[in-house]
Amino acid sequence: MFDSFLTRAALAGLGIALVSAPLGCFVVWRRMAYFGHATAHASILGVALGMVLSVSILWGALAVALAMGLAVAWLGRRGHSSDASIGVLSHGALAFGLVAVALTPGLRGDLSSYLFGDILAVTRGDLAVIWGGAAAVMALLAWRWRALLTATLGPDLARAAGIDPRREELVLVVALAVVVAVALKVVGALLIGAMLVIPAAAARPLARTPEAMALLAALLGAASALGGLWLAYLFDTPAGPSIVCLAAVLFAITAMVPRRTG
Amino acid sequence: MSLVALERVGVSLGGRRVLEGVSLAIEPGEIVTVVGPNGSGKTTLMRLVIGALTPSEGRVLRAPGLTVGYVPQKLHVDPGLPLSVRRFLSLPRPVSRAEAAGALEEAGVGHLAGRQMTELSGGQAQRVMLARALTARPQLLILDEPTQGLDQQGSAAFYRQIEELRQRHGCAILLVSHDLHVVMAATDRVICLNGHVCCEGAPAQVASAPEYRALFGTGTQGALALYRHEHDHGHDHAAHAHAHGPEDGAADARGLALDAAGPHGAGAGPGTGTGAS
Repeated sequence: MFDSFLTRAALAGLGIALVSAPLGCFVVWRRMAYFGHATAHASILGVALGMVLSVSILWGALAVALAMGLAVAWLGRRGHSSDASIGVLSHGALAFGLVAVALTPGLRGDLSSYLFGDILAVTRGDLAVIWGGAAAVMALLAWRWRALLTATLGPDLARAAGIDPRREELVLVVALAVVVAVALKVVGALLIGAMLVIPAAAARPLARTPEAMALLAALLGAASALGGLWLAYLFDTPAGPSIVCLAAVLFAITAMVPRRTG
Repeated sequence: MSLVALERVGVSLGGRRVLEGVSLAIEPGEIVTVVGPNGSGKTTLMRLVIGALTPSEGRVLRAPGLTVGYVPQKLHVDPGLPLSVRRFLSLPRPVSRAEAAGALEEAGVGHLAGRQMTELSGGQAQRVMLARALTARPQLLILDEPTQGLDQQGSAAFYRQIEELRQRHGCAILLVSHDLHVVMAATDRVICLNGHVCCEGAPAQVASAPEYRALFGTGTQGALALYRHEHDHGHDHAAHAHAHGPEDGAADARGLALDAAGPHGAGAGPGTGTGAS
């Protein structure tokens, strides 16, 4: 059943949508959207480094994304979490990545596939990486779920309950880096942030508990991935951006739902 | 043993000395109130007790396995986070429906279980946080400015409830407050803080002590003066011990150690200490 490139693309999109949903909820709740962008942009630099050092692109992207996540978290802890400093890191990493890719022999032509993804070129091996990474991150989030939620409400609230909020932040940094690295092939560095934030934001008006929001985000993300692929097939449009377009349309629709009260 | 003990603790934040030489202990089942002006280190002291802060000097000792219920002054719930009151109570420890309902009822907000946290008023949110803290069956309950936003009658009712909470749960309660009426009504021990422990003792004894009258006058003006008076002066820390428990209060005839006992002498009138309040 993995023989058709469309089947593989659909499975890859589903895997990314499922893992992006719970992680994207934390990105929304903790206002980490910029954090997600910085991590994703940094992965381009990792692609070039992986190529130069002849290690796999996946490990290169993962290592640099993780380093960026830790750097942003460290800055935040020191009270430098302004939009400006994260913006400098995020766009700086992207620019350095683009230059590094241009300087790397054999990568130049592939640049757009790392910026926007190339979901139709997903191999069986890629599928194994995507679902392996997604399963690991979902297990990590499920294990830390209550502690992560408590730390999201307030660091002191977490401390009083014996939870170290810095450890929970680290969990999210690692999860983000893994998702960015495995999603690079599917939606590309520029649109990973969109897959994290948009389905979660679209689920918000319909949910009354954090868990419901994560489940709805998974549903909306999966619908966007499959529907977007189908639209891309119908209209011969790029697959990654088509998926994000559909997610944005779903957001616009749920945003019109009046928020229930009481 | 004490639930929490601070031994000569000092804290510097961003190069500024926030606390200096603070020693105090909280015993099982006692109600302790910390009073002090803004910027006196009350919040820092509380964060030391819950373990959110490590001291730059001295040490914080906690009884092994100590359970703490913490009720912050405010809780900011991001509007992007859907969270019902019932679900909030199960963070981080899952509690049964009956347990949650009982705790909400006890905190006087039984009717709010189905509401979203973001819809609550400040006072309602604090009561919900109190309910959450109670479900942890705390040995030490910590309340930060619990009467802010309540009128005097509301405050009085709340503090009568504090006493009931202690009797029912047998927990010690640490309050941070600027509300002196409260201090007089429901507290075993008052700790007056301004970067260091200025004075400490049983509130009734504080109020009737000659030093108190000499320093702060009488009547409500006196009560106000207790937390308005100027604390930025030297202390001869060796001259008076700060670590009074209620049980050793008898060792000090008046059960308190006021600044007046320090190098300024008992004769120092209010004039010496009201330079810049």
